[in-house]
Amino acid sequence: MNAYQLFRLAVRGVNANKLRSALTILGILIGVASVVVLVAVGNGSAIAVKKQFEGLGTNSITVFTGGFGGGRGGARSQSIVMTMKDVEALESKEYAATIKNVVPIVNAPSVTATFGDASTTPDQFQGTTPEIQTASSYRAEEGRFFNADELKNRQRVALIGKTVQTNLFGEGESAVGQRVKFNRIEYEIIGVLATKGTTGTRDEDNVVLAPWTAVRDTLAGGTSISQIKVEATSAKATTDAQTLVTNVIASRNGKDPNATNKGFQVLNASALIASSTSTSKTLTVLLGAVAAISLLVGGIGIMNIMLVTVTERTREIGIRKAVGAPKAAILGQFLMESMVLGAIGGVVGVAIGLIGSRFRIVGVAPVVSYPSVVVAFIVSVAVSLFFGFYPANRAASLRPIDALRHE
Amino acid sequence: MPRERERSRPGAAKAPLSAVTSNDPTHPNMVIDLRRITKTYEMGEHSVYALRSVNLAVERGDFLAIMGASGSGKSTLMNIIGCLDVPTTGRFFLDGVDVATLDEDQLAIARNHKIGFIFQSFNLIPRTSVLDNVELPMAYAGMKQAKRTERAKAALALVGLSDRSRHLPSELSGGQQQRAAIARAIATSPALLLADEPTGNLDSQSTAEVLDIFEQMHRDGRTIVLITHEDDVAARAKRVIRLRDGEIISDTRHDTGGWTRPASPDALAEAAVAR
Repeated sequence: MNAYQLFRLAVRGVNANKLRSALTILGILIGVASVVVLVAVGNGSAIAVKKQFEGLGTNSITVFTGGFGGGRGGARSQSIVMTMKDVEALESKEYAATIKNVVPIVNAPSVTATFGDASTTPDQFQGTTPEIQTASSYRAEEGRFFNADELKNRQRVALIGKTVQTNLFGEGESAVGQRVKFNRIEYEIIGVLATKGTTGTRDEDNVVLAPWTAVRDTLAGGTSISQIKVEATSAKATTDAQTLVTNVIASRNGKDPNATNKGFQVLNASALIASSTSTSKTLTVLLGAVAAISLLVGGIGIMNIMLVTVTERTREIGIRKAVGAPKAAILGQFLMESMVLGAIGGVVGVAIGLIGSRFRIVGVAPVVSYPSVVVAFIVSVAVSLFFGFYPANRAASLRPIDALRHE
Repeated sequence: MPRERERSRPGAAKAPLSAVTSNDPTHPNMVIDLRRITKTYEMGEHSVYALRSVNLAVERGDFLAIMGASGSGKSTLMNIIGCLDVPTTGRFFLDGVDVATLDEDQLAIARNHKIGFIFQSFNLIPRTSVLDNVELPMAYAGMKQAKRTERAKAALALVGLSDRSRHLPSELSGGQQQRAAIARAIATSPALLLADEPTGNLDSQSTAEVLDIFEQMHRDGRTIVLITHEDDVAARAKRVIRLRDGEIISDTRHDTGGWTRPASPDALAEAAVAR
């Protein structure tokens, strides 16, 4: 008997009791589908988190004033105040090997934008430099970014995010060239930012960018800077840059760079991505493990049903042995049968898993990991072979004389 | 008598086909040669004798009926002859092969090549067409699809079932099922047809048909061993042996046809019991 003949016998066996076969297949199917979907969910959430941090700019480091924990009150009291002097210190030629750009960000608090009858309050109104384009991956989709001259000349020009555009001008209306009042101070809109989407709870498109010089003149006041973005020369240099920035800012403000609460924080996007990636990997593995357990349960279902099948067909096994079936042929027939069950469960499970992964699940858009699909299918066949072996071996080891006598 | 295992013949496991060719040149013409066969079953403390030192030789082309009441050991004998069971002691040469030297898979090959089984309950595989059933032994023998289909069809023609080859066993009458089983048994051209109460589940007309087929097979030169407890069935055979309590009590040949009652007092008593 060759493999094809065994396969035909196996299909006939699976067909002989359709309901029972379908229920057995269902066990494997659920296992495979849940592996595909849950790994896709884990993968999708990892990608979402990664994107969120990538919005910070992959080679960039962000310096915030304030400290960890302690809430607003406790931390504020120790918080340092950063000024343009800090920016200038970091721009020093001696750090050029690691630091490419230093971008100050001046946040203007609670700015209301008005255009005609429409008004909106953007989440963020940031005064900055043109270098923020590379440091934070901003791009003017429409119009242009402000340039160094406009920065120097304190020109009141601004770029708005997609959400602000929609809120002020309505869907698809051109904003470029319009004059918008921010807290009654008129700015010219020179560009619309390319969308960055939603990261977590924050709408990254509900933002306004303007030259920091103009913002300080009109909306922010004082000399303090809210954040400094530092762009490293390369991804490799970010760690060095982080140390450097920490030391420079700490020494300028009379703080210990190694203290836990030194009045400022330095965030490294790459480090955040790395740590979030490892967290989401753990999540994916956990989800996959839960799914794998259901695959295992499906395998036990196959074993159960194959044992029933072998008992039911003991007489048939006896006949086959009487007419000269060698042990291997009987073993092959029943192994093939459980493998067919497993493979059908695998194929349908993968199909359902792929369909299921097209829907958002608990707020995560699943991203199918194709290796997991292949592994899930192979494992479903392997599991059915593993759990099919005991029943098949039992069938193959039956003595023909006993099997024939079986009623 | 100690059994000779296949360990004494290296390479046997690797070349199972060669192992089931004759290794007993002293009895070239015997399909069955049983020598002092004993079979005991262990029942707790004591052992029960199913066969006691049975000697039996069956020549090629013979038509033998084995008779006996239930418990006489005829089923045990049939299982041993059919290589479904092994004797406790004694030697059995099937078509010249010492069966004791064969391992499990070699026994399967011996059954496949040398024996055609016909059972009381037909034992066709359900949900499988008559043609596939007849092809089954040849499929296990590794014969090519075209060749085995051809031979299966020829065998079905011989038993008059050509028009039923695509039917399932469940769609056939008992007589037709048994004829299909006979076709399966003869398709491999085995050295021996071994029939265990082949007419036990059949009505008288089907019985007559099946027995006619057996006689035809006999005329074609096939060796037939038929186990029965019915006198009129045994009467169609050329030689009748009777078993009682695991021993052969009579061995009668009546080539002229017609049932001649054996003369021994034991056999007379046995015949009375059987009736």
